[in-house]
Amino acid sequence: MALKIVKGSIDRMFDKNLQDLVRGIRNHKEDEAKYISTCIDEIKQELKQDNIAVKSNAVCKLTYLQMLGYDVSWAAFNIVEVMSSSKFTYKRIGYLAASQCFHESTDVIMLTTNQIRKDLSSPNQYDTGVALTGLSCFVTPDLARDLANDIMTLMSHTKPYIRKKAVLIMYKVFLKYPESLRPAFPRMKEKLEDPDPGVQSAAVNVICELARRNPKNYLSLAPLFFKLMTSSTNNWVLIKIIKLFGALTPLEPRLGKKLIEPLTNLIHSTSAMSLLYECVNTVIAVLISLSSGMPNHSASIQLCVQKLRILIEDSDQNLKYLGLLAMSKILKTHPKSVQSHKDLILQCLDDKDESIRLRALDLLYGMVSKKNLMEIVKKLMLHVDKAEGTTYRDELLTKIIDICSQSNYQYITNFEWYISILVELTRLEGTRHGHLIASQMLDVAIRVKAIRAFAVAQMATLLDNAHLLTGNTQHSGICEVLYAAAWICGEFSEHLEDPMATLEAMLRPKVATLPGHIQAVYVQNAAKLFSTVLCGQEGAPADSKVAQETSQLLIDRLPVFVQSDNLEVQERASCILQLVKYIQKLQQKDVEVAEEVTALFAGELNPVAPKAQKKVPVPEGLDLDAWINEPPSGSESEDEGRKTKGKAVFAREESRHTKPRYTEVDEKELAMRREVRKAEQANNPFYIKASPSSQKVYQEAVGVEHIPVVQIDLSVPLKVPGMPMSDQYVKLEEERREKNKADRKKKDKKKRREKGRQRRGDSGPESEEDITPAHMVDIVTEEMPENALPSDDDDKDPNDPHKALNIDLDKPLADSEKKLPVRTHRPDEVLKSPIEDAEGLEVTSEPKKKSGKEKDKERKKGKEKKKKKHKQEEGEDLMEAGSEEPVQSKVTNDVAAQPPASTPEASDLDFWLSNAPVPSDPQEAAAVTDAPPASTPDAASGVAAVVPDSEPEETKSSKHKKKKQKKEKDKKKKHHHHHHSDGAREESVQNGTVEDEEPLPPMSNYAMLAENSYIKMMKQDADEVCDIQGNLHDGSQVVVSVIFENKCDSFIKSMEFNVMDSLNSKLQRPEGAGPHDSLTVPFHLPPGISSEARFIFSVQSIVMPQKLKGTLTFIVKTEDSSTHEKLDFKLHFTCTSYLITTPCYSDAYAKLLESGDLKGSSLKLEGINQPFHHLLARICFHHHFSVVERIDSCASMYSRSIQGHHVCLLVKTADQTVSIDAKCDEPGLLRNVLDEIKLTFSQC
Amino acid sequence: MIKAILIFNNHGKPRLSKFYEHYSEDTEQQIIRETFHLVSKRDENVCNFLEGGMLIGGSENKLIYRHYATLYFVFCVDSSESELGILDLIQVFVETLDKCFENVCELDLIFHVDKVHNILAEMVMGGMVLETNMNEIITQVDAQNKMEKSEVRL
Repeated sequence: MALKIVKGSIDRMFDKNLQDLVRGIRNHKEDEAKYISTCIDEIKQELKQDNIAVKSNAVCKLTYLQMLGYDVSWAAFNIVEVMSSSKFTYKRIGYLAASQCFHESTDVIMLTTNQIRKDLSSPNQYDTGVALTGLSCFVTPDLARDLANDIMTLMSHTKPYIRKKAVLIMYKVFLKYPESLRPAFPRMKEKLEDPDPGVQSAAVNVICELARRNPKNYLSLAPLFFKLMTSSTNNWVLIKIIKLFGALTPLEPRLGKKLIEPLTNLIHSTSAMSLLYECVNTVIAVLISLSSGMPNHSASIQLCVQKLRILIEDSDQNLKYLGLLAMSKILKTHPKSVQSHKDLILQCLDDKDESIRLRALDLLYGMVSKKNLMEIVKKLMLHVDKAEGTTYRDELLTKIIDICSQSNYQYITNFEWYISILVELTRLEGTRHGHLIASQMLDVAIRVKAIRAFAVAQMATLLDNAHLLTGNTQHSGICEVLYAAAWICGEFSEHLEDPMATLEAMLRPKVATLPGHIQAVYVQNAAKLFSTVLCGQEGAPADSKVAQETSQLLIDRLPVFVQSDNLEVQERASCILQLVKYIQKLQQKDVEVAEEVTALFAGELNPVAPKAQKKVPVPEGLDLDAWINEPPSGSESEDEGRKTKGKAVFAREESRHTKPRYTEVDEKELAMRREVRKAEQANNPFYIKASPSSQKVYQEAVGVEHIPVVQIDLSVPLKVPGMPMSDQYVKLEEERREKNKADRKKKDKKKRREKGRQRRGDSGPESEEDITPAHMVDIVTEEMPENALPSDDDDKDPNDPHKALNIDLDKPLADSEKKLPVRTHRPDEVLKSPIEDAEGLEVTSEPKKKSGKEKDKERKKGKEKKKKKHKQEEGEDLMEAGSEEPVQSKVTNDVAAQPPASTPEASDLDFWLSNAPVPSDPQEAAAVTDAPPASTPDAASGVAAVVPDSEPEETKSSKHKKKKQKKEKDKKKKHHHHHHSDGAREESVQNGTVEDEEPLPPMSNYAMLAENSYIKMMKQDADEVCDIQGNLHDGSQVVVSVIFENKCDSFIKSMEFNVMDSLNSKLQRPEGAGPHDSLTVPFHLPPGISSEARFIFSVQSIVMPQKLKGTLTFIVKTEDSSTHEKLDFKLHFTCTSYLITTPCYSDAYAKLLESGDLKGSSLKLEGINQPFHHLLARICFHHHFSVVERIDSCASMYSRSIQGHHVCLLVKTADQTVSIDAKCDEPGLLRNVLDEIKLTFSQC
Repeated sequence: MIKAILIFNNHGKPRLSKFYEHYSEDTEQQIIRETFHLVSKRDENVCNFLEGGMLIGGSENKLIYRHYATLYFVFCVDSSESELGILDLIQVFVETLDKCFENVCELDLIFHVDKVHNILAEMVMGGMVLETNMNEIITQVDAQNKMEKSEVRL
């Protein structure tokens, strides 16, 4: 052994360390890869050694190699080993490596939970720090859930160094485990006023990050942040807060009004550019939010624009950039103020700095007018030619298209010019935006009817020169335009000068190299062209030869496409080929076919808005859930009868319930609906009717008042030699405008009339109206269904992790919510840290109620129950009631010093906001605000106020949070205070994410175990099957987690947890301990702190519920004395606690039921009036079931016991009656589980 | 949020890479290459912000960088960070390195990338700014190094 160590350290001397590795790599420049691979081999050897120093050295080197791009995930386990070294040096190396290469799918991460927990509670602050830092990089949902409690405790650590890290990492925890947000938030809020500026800044950071995504939930913190803003001197904090206000103001314009003054002051006073800039930004946000109502903020706008101009003119490019960035925000609401700085912005377009040019481009969007559009685009086109990187060029391209197409082509006066611009853009090599250009071409050609002839001519040229575009197929993004070109030529082929030539161009063999979808369009449109050619030719019978030649051309060329490997091309080509062959036959017989061929492509397509389909409202009278045919009938009684027959019962019933409930419809109503539908269809442009007069329908539907008037300026020659096409338009346009001006001087009355017809004379600055468009263009609007639903929320990203964090934080926490739910527990950990006590936790939990009435009922019930069960406590109840008054006043004082945002949030905020003069001391205002009683009782009512009996001084010390809550409660229901402690104080989980039907009431698995003036215990039991195989057959374990909360202001230590074993259940004690020894709880509790410990019990039979008696002893230590205290409790193991939520597929489920091994039982619950999904959620949550299948008001559920019994439920509901049919291979267990389910529902 | 912090030299050799979101090693290298490509072609006297990184985060994100002698320090951040604030932070970072290494140069970063990581960990944690006060950062870094030394002595 000793020899080995010596050998290890000798080896170590010869090992390369990181520096050697780096040096080696530098010395092997030619064969770096080879050298590194030998190094990796060495590292692998080192990792095999036992010496942790050697191992960590190896891991350190791997971290370096990871940076160079080598995958080191194979060493993940070794990294975990190094992380768990007791020496800080190695631990740090391990955590660094983990933070660099672990991620959610690294499977060894689950091995780290206990190590991290240990490090978090290490007495050495740097162990904790390093663990927090590492965790922040690789936290997974599991880690977040398991460690949330530990981290929350660290938020109150004595060392600010730990506090700030714990606060910061909570953001990551929230993201991964949204349920923790509500319970943790009060403490997070407290940290906003932490004495340490670093901690404060961290809390601001986290809340800002949260609020940015879901601002409305944080509106109530505005007064607190306002206070911080006016008091803080830390620029970092100020910037964050000011940014946060920027996000909040759009939701609350009154907040904006309040902010303007202090922000303006800051703008004038601060010397920090970063702060000034953020102030300007937020003022802009405020102004935007106010822009609707308050016109008299022009001074502020002027101030902002002025400051920004200074920034833009600054020689510091960074400021210039930011100035432009902020300017673009103003542009949206106050374009006029920005337009006056057009000179400056145009100047920035020529800046040598690409970032600045891009920003200036953004601004251009708002700078254009009818007058200057051509000029600006011309300038941009020059940039396009000069641009080096494709990114910038693509950006320019999209910008040009954006600018031109904005607000329905508002600024385009000459569409010929625009088409030429688009055609010019196709010359860009390697752009990614081919499809963008293509869609513009299509859009313009379809919607601007007057331009079609011109567009078709241009597109024909494009098709003819297709080889120029596709010359280099690698960069073929641009060939997308051919798609548009082919379609336009085909669809509007009547405008083609020489359709035959175009047809020929479209059938060139080279076309077969284009992408499939483009070929398909080519083939289809070749057919359209063919029909046009036939039409043109057959008028003159002498030319029938030409027509036949055309057919021959198609017959010759199409086979190439018939062989295409693209299905669509192939299909279209063979279809058309056969058609043409047939036509050829007819032609040879001198039959006139043109008319019939044309009929194939008759009618015109209308542009349809992209969202149209989605917006079609469900017609009135159409019930999508209604039956079309009568469903097979079946009755409840039949079910009952069948059930006893066993086998496949569920399966059959399920199929019955698969069908949704139907509404009965009688003949009359059907007839009525038919009428309605007909009327609907008549008005619906999308309904394909027998007579396709689409054009007419379209006009009716959209109600375009004017009919297109086409006045193509024939004076425009199409080609000016030596000049790029679009330029000539600019020139011509200038001339035209000159001419117009001259004309106007002559007071041409006609012009005026035309002007009247112009649709958008109102827009644009300056003398916009003076510019008459070259074309009177009817821009066809995109079709939308009639009475389309106006909603624009279609663009939210459903995958945004922040969606889950959209949680109401103002709702006061239920007492039960104060602790984080911890769902899984590892038995090994429990062995290490045994503890605990518990009492009759008779129901796992009782859901909180929302409405006041129900609450009262519940409270009464709770009280009654309590009376029965704990008669001895009644005396206490009275005393509590007595002590209430003084407590309340004390608490109110206390809260006044607290952030005002604490309780009746809405009214507080209103008050604060309506309080016109800024209060010199926000605290004062807050104190006042707290006074008006809130009107509605709120959800916290289920919370038992924790008022210790007879010892008022202890109340003071009880947790702050609790006080707040209590106070609130006091205020709201001065007249009825009840304390009922059992069911109501579970841990709640905000379950808002489960289903979108209706929010579920919070539920929790924690139940009150026992409580006295010193300590409160809550327990949750969870089953844990460590190794499923092993446990299924022999030992079964149940894990009980208990939260201990110190309610007094003294230190509680030496807690010992003991339970009297029964024959069936035993507390697992460390080896060597006697059967009656108690377990030490592995932590102390400072005042107000809660922590959780877990205990393992081994259970033999799981058929029956069990109650175990236990005791917790502890020492309460005050400054001058310490007393021994004891708390008795009863631990209740329900049969439910032996069930493990196990998912089951419906087929496996059906098989299971068919097997016939299961015995049935059933249960009926009356008077359940909660929604079905609540009911299911409740069964799932409290009784560890999972839903196998849910159909309408019927669901099948499954769970499995720790000993492998299957439990199947079929839950049906009708008229407040819930029937549960259950099957299980262990009838005793089943009976008890059903009883427990019944109990759960009888309590709600 | 800070999405990534990269340090590379004038030739694009990575000297430190810290990603606060997970990417595969290959993607990380691509990001470094792309970022280097974007940053290195910019003149000295242009602004320190740029958009257009394809690989990391898309349009929401911005690259904020500073160029010191042979090294580029690049922070990729989203819109919740103040641009000028991050520039200051880079300055603080470099000054801290300067203090910790006593006249820092590229070689220090090459051979002691682990130390650089440790310093960075005191400034930015999980993509959020942890500490901006240089003295505080140095105090914590020193304390940890001292602890490391005492362990070696043992």
